[in-house]
Amino acid sequence: MLSSMTRSTTSGRKMIAVSVLLALVHLAILFAGFLAPADPAAQNRDFPFAPPSPLHFIDARGHLHLRPFIYLWTARPDSFNEYEESREREYPVQFFVAGTGYKIAGLFPSHTHLFGVEGPARIFMIGTDNYGRDQFSRILYGGQISVAAGLLATVISLALGSLIGCISGFYGKWIDESAMRLAELFLVFPWLYLLFAVRAFLPLHISPTQTFLLLITVIGTIGWARPARLVRGIVLSAKNQAYVAASRGFGASDVHLMRRHILPHTYGVLLTQAALLVPQYVLAEVTLSFFGLGLSEPNPSWGGLLATLQQYNVLVSYWWMFAPALALVVVSLGYLSVANAFHERLQSVSS
Amino acid sequence: MKYLRRRLIHGVLLLVGVSVLCFLLSDLAPGSFFDEMKLNPQISSDTIAALRSQYGLDQSLPVRYSRWVKSAFRGEFGYSFAYNSPVRGLLALRARNTLFLTTLATGLAWLIAVPLGVWTAGHPGKWVDRVSMGGTSLLLSVPELVLVLGLLYVVIRTHALPVGGMMSTGFEQLGPWEKVWDLVLHLVVPVSTLTLASLPILVRHVRASMIEVLGTPFMQSGRAHGIGNMRLLFRHALPAAANPLISLFGLSVGGLLSGSLLVEVITGWPGLGPLLLESSMSRDLYVVIGIVMSSTLFMIFGSLLADLMLVVADPRVRVE
Repeated sequence: MLSSMTRSTTSGRKMIAVSVLLALVHLAILFAGFLAPADPAAQNRDFPFAPPSPLHFIDARGHLHLRPFIYLWTARPDSFNEYEESREREYPVQFFVAGTGYKIAGLFPSHTHLFGVEGPARIFMIGTDNYGRDQFSRILYGGQISVAAGLLATVISLALGSLIGCISGFYGKWIDESAMRLAELFLVFPWLYLLFAVRAFLPLHISPTQTFLLLITVIGTIGWARPARLVRGIVLSAKNQAYVAASRGFGASDVHLMRRHILPHTYGVLLTQAALLVPQYVLAEVTLSFFGLGLSEPNPSWGGLLATLQQYNVLVSYWWMFAPALALVVVSLGYLSVANAFHERLQSVSS
Repeated sequence: MKYLRRRLIHGVLLLVGVSVLCFLLSDLAPGSFFDEMKLNPQISSDTIAALRSQYGLDQSLPVRYSRWVKSAFRGEFGYSFAYNSPVRGLLALRARNTLFLTTLATGLAWLIAVPLGVWTAGHPGKWVDRVSMGGTSLLLSVPELVLVLGLLYVVIRTHALPVGGMMSTGFEQLGPWEKVWDLVLHLVVPVSTLTLASLPILVRHVRASMIEVLGTPFMQSGRAHGIGNMRLLFRHALPAAANPLISLFGLSVGGLLSGSLLVEVITGWPGLGPLLLESSMSRDLYVVIGIVMSSTLFMIFGSLLADLMLVVADPRVRVE
């Protein structure tokens, strides 16, 4: 008894930490424009694959600076993508600097950035990619695409799944029979294959917005079967409850019954499913973009950022190109822990 | 038996459904394999039209479908535009490589998962259990993509293993044992990625279903009879916990043809994965359909196999 209690408090504390981390990641992605020092598409052809700029406090003369500063990267002569810091001048890191314009959360135009340095120096928190684009900014902006794709596709899946599941469970008979056969069809299909196949049958050269919408629709639509089955199961047991029969006796319509008395039972399961599906769908988008079937350059997405790692020389030479993978792992870890917590909560409520 | 026959018919219907779905989707798609040729000024539009009619692309959807079905019964499954050969021969070679890889990885994963799951269920809270739970939850949130890239990083950095493809250049000149060794070296990265990626789910399922059985009274009475711990776990508890695991095994078998797509593409393993990617990009229609169909076939086969195994393993299923 005691041990189970202490365990639940520690896991509660862990849950709070995970939720806070997850919220921070989402906020950072939402306010990418403010946090990112550079435009994600801005190229610096002089700095391909520049390593992260180290922050310094002590300058070449041995003086201590309270404000951290960086040095300008300069290409080492007679070398290929190797850099050294030129110690001639310090570039202190400044906060709330004016820079390129962006829209806060995609709505309000602004050009204040959280931090930055004076030109000609550039601050690269996690280095640059092959075109000298700031990796840190690209990860933040890329999250907007990858995570948004995951969230929107999840919404599509759950909406479609609960609609079909609810109707099929409520009306039964041939509707139920055919819907569940169709669900089986979608469940046996290996999802990655299906994504590839569907993508193969769709036009490759379309605008980024269209591609994005297409992607989330395809990813979301493919995943309807599992939530539909779960919802159907709950609806089947809920519709035989006495209060549903009573409500029907009072003349309630089918829609009212489903909305008022049956669907609320499914919320717990749907929430758990959502937390499970989001990382899965983020990964689906990442995988497609990784193979060049998703959003094309210069739009950053985590999969597209990772795609440079397909070249083995990039893979081994520039460790900072792995940073998007870390972001991906943090997001999956966060969502999976949340899903776990929901699941345990549901089980303890039902038992 | 009646149940199995029904499942079999069901499976065939499912295959028909998938093929119809494939053709419907392909009809929705604008453009075709030969569109790329239109950009080439040296190929006249007459040639393209002739090619299109040669491959039957100028026909209506029902005609194309019935032709494809006929060709499937002949064992060809249509023609590849890019390779200009029947799809089946193309797939057979690639599928062999894929199966080789995935059978090894899946076998390895089960060989590790079952003892580990049984042991941790028998000793919950001990260090092995804690390490395995921690490890599996970490592995669960590291996507396969990241896992394989990380492994490749380590391997290339340390020059420990050859990377890319299935065999080194100059493979033909090697002696028979050197050939085997070369193959083994190339297998390490893809097999360990696939094993690590499927391991956490397997271990957790084994552990969960074992824990359920270990809580039942017959386990207690077994213990009271003085049956040793290991014998109790593996001889008495494991068979009782086997049913959900057999279903899971069916899923594992079903995924043999399709589960390794990503790893194959990244490590350059010449299996179905790279072929699917390539044919998706170039709209080599019948190859895509062939691959999707064969992986679906495997899925169905896997679930049928699981049903059969359940019938063999559990007398209760036979009575029903």
